Amino acid sequence: MSEITDLLPCPEPVQLIAADGTAVEPSEQARERGYAMPNPEDLLAVWRAMVVGRRFDTQATALTKQGRLAVYPSSRGQDACQVAPVLALAEGDWLFPTYRDSMSLVTHGIDPMEVLTLLRGDWHCGYDPQATRTAPQCTPLATQAVHAAGAAHGLARRGTDALALCLIGDGATSEGDFHEGLNFAAVFEAPAVFLVQNNKYAISVPLAKQTKAPALAYKGVGYGVRSEQVDGNDPAAVLAVMREAYAHARAGHGPVLVEAHTYRMEAHTNADDATRYRTKDEVDGWTGQDPIVRLQAYLVEQGHLDDARIEEVRAEAEAMAADLRTRMNAESIVEPLELFDHVYAEPTPQLREQRELVRAELAGTATAAHGSNDEKDAQ
Amino acid sequence: MSTSKITYAKALNTALRDALTEDDDVLVMGEDVGALGGVFRITDGLTRDFGEDRCIDTPLAEAGIAGFAVGLAMQGFRPVVEMQFDAFGYPAFEQVTSHIAKMRNRTRGALPMPLVIRIPYAGGIGGVEHHCDSSEGYYVHTPGLHVVTPATPADAYSLLRESIASDDPVVFMEPKSQYYTKADLELPTSTEPIGQAAVRREGADVTLITYGPQLPSALKAAEVAAAEEDWDVEVIDLRSLVPFDDATVEASVRKTGRAVVLAEAQSFAGMGAEIAARVQERCFHSLAAPVLRVSGLDIPYPPPKLEHTHLPGVDRILDTIARLQWDDEPDHTHTPAEVSA
Ligand SMILES: Cc1ncc(C[n+]2csc(CCOP(=O)(O)OP(=O)(O)O)c2C)c(N)n1
Repeated sequence: MSEITDLLPCPEPVQLIAADGTAVEPSEQARERGYAMPNPEDLLAVWRAMVVGRRFDTQATALTKQGRLAVYPSSRGQDACQVAPVLALAEGDWLFPTYRDSMSLVTHGIDPMEVLTLLRGDWHCGYDPQATRTAPQCTPLATQAVHAAGAAHGLARRGTDALALCLIGDGATSEGDFHEGLNFAAVFEAPAVFLVQNNKYAISVPLAKQTKAPALAYKGVGYGVRSEQVDGNDPAAVLAVMREAYAHARAGHGPVLVEAHTYRMEAHTNADDATRYRTKDEVDGWTGQDPIVRLQAYLVEQGHLDDARIEEVRAEAEAMAADLRTRMNAESIVEPLELFDHVYAEPTPQLREQRELVRAELAGTATAAHGSNDEKDAQ
Repeated sequence: MSTSKITYAKALNTALRDALTEDDDVLVMGEDVGALGGVFRITDGLTRDFGEDRCIDTPLAEAGIAGFAVGLAMQGFRPVVEMQFDAFGYPAFEQVTSHIAKMRNRTRGALPMPLVIRIPYAGGIGGVEHHCDSSEGYYVHTPGLHVVTPATPADAYSLLRESIASDDPVVFMEPKSQYYTKADLELPTSTEPIGQAAVRREGADVTLITYGPQLPSALKAAEVAAAEEDWDVEVIDLRSLVPFDDATVEASVRKTGRAVVLAEAQSFAGMGAEIAARVQERCFHSLAAPVLRVSGLDIPYPPPKLEHTHLPGVDRILDTIARLQWDDEPDHTHTPAEVSA
């Protein structure tokens, strides 16, 4: 059994760069845990991915307003949490995202078009989970936590040193599956890392109505899971903390729970009216915490970033957005008969009948009624 | 109390409001039901007007919400629980099937469960995955639960009031596609009680039995049938799936001699199968044709762009009616194969 002190998070969220871009001396406990300022190359990579990710996010929001997407849950403001943990993953690791983590998927190298397939309404998952080592974005809350625990155990059993990263929201930590996921991962000493993006609201419900815990990070302790909390708007701290968490899990010491304190700048989705439950002052307060501005200020100040490079990455992000716009503006092609292809490996006779009915309808030759139990109709 | 255009959503809101006003033991609870007023705004303003103790934002945990309601019901409260969407009610399934449905029976009547579980269900709204399940089949299959599904604003008000007053648990299924349906209505209103179906359109030639989300398609199909084919379709809105109104259905089918069951849910082993079986058992000698079903496809709810392929539409309803071999008199000699050939 681990000592409780090994499990407990730092009393204050780990921070390495302050909101104004100046470096912060890590606390003693943070130093003991090995959190140190990442090197400039890594920070530059995080900064670049955030700029591209942010552009993707604003483009997706715009596409929603134009009716190109059925819905879009923005992760603007959570850019550091979306980007740094994914960049720190190794080749064989698996990612378990939710509906909000589209920026993570883009950072993970998935084609933005494929990322938006679900939200566009074309299909439920637009990318190949096996090829991308990314589970389908999970809509039922917290259910991916148990999957991540199982996958992590599976990866370990296969003799790899790969891990599973589970992204989850603050509200979802109230669901039973979150607790079952932590417990299973702990009992099986599975290499799973759970990152709670505490963006302060579950749709309209503020954290204060979600939990009485002093911090969500403490929830790991009861399960014997090493826990940590980090300033989720500090990309350097998120990167440092996640790397240590991965090292811990990879070394076979079991799962880690990280709580990132951050804020969702947009409404829950485009369909949500955030003015009903939060004030403009509160939102404005977080504008000054912008992770991109923060890291950029630090990198410029340190002489690692100049206007030319900023312009270059800005242009790269614009090109990505323009390409996405063009492709999204083309009408999508959906194939109705594909509905029957993936229900079972082998369709049942009843599904074959229904497929035939739809085929006939599409061909304009439908004579058979839907739902028939009469074989003749299917021929 | 003036008559005005009232939406289905507003009727539900008023029903909750009136119930909260009349009985201090009524509690509304669920995810986002407070400041936000629910994602469909059914609980709009209730926390403001009745306080956080009466319209309660809960932690985000459906099993917890349902189980918490069980405990409250044990203490004499009447919780009205909102499950945010059909597919998000599944974490609560254990509580609903093992406890809410069985508590009265297990305790020989000592612990009734006077609670209501409101579930926005079914599709037609272009929702992304897990937001559009037709989950009624799971609940109707569970003894101990009443399952009602209003299709009109008047029923929304009246059935919700009655459900809250019921001493048994009621799964109250709200077809999302109807939330913005309007009616000239004066509230409070009282419609037929739970357990009684309504004949929404009289007809002589065929009985179209439906409920919830498909009532508008049924009425539309009946109109088209009358205008274009001279078929006189009687439309029955079940309103209540458990208890089931055999009498109204039976009387209608005996009159028309033909029955089509229309349900939006996937068909296999669903509510439509139950209805068809009951009609066949009771009206066999009056039937001129087999009872046919029109339903959704037996697939997981499709993505928004393919939703229309799944949903039973007016055309599928009319095609099915056409298969009932219109001109034949009942002669009891048809086999299903002949009838549909
Ligand atoms: C089991 C389940 N219940 C309810 C919902 C509806 N719902 C979607 S998002 C959401 C809030 C989630 O909040 P949080 O976990 O904090 O994540 P965030 O959206 O803030 O990223 C709710 C209640 C759902 N998707 N799944």
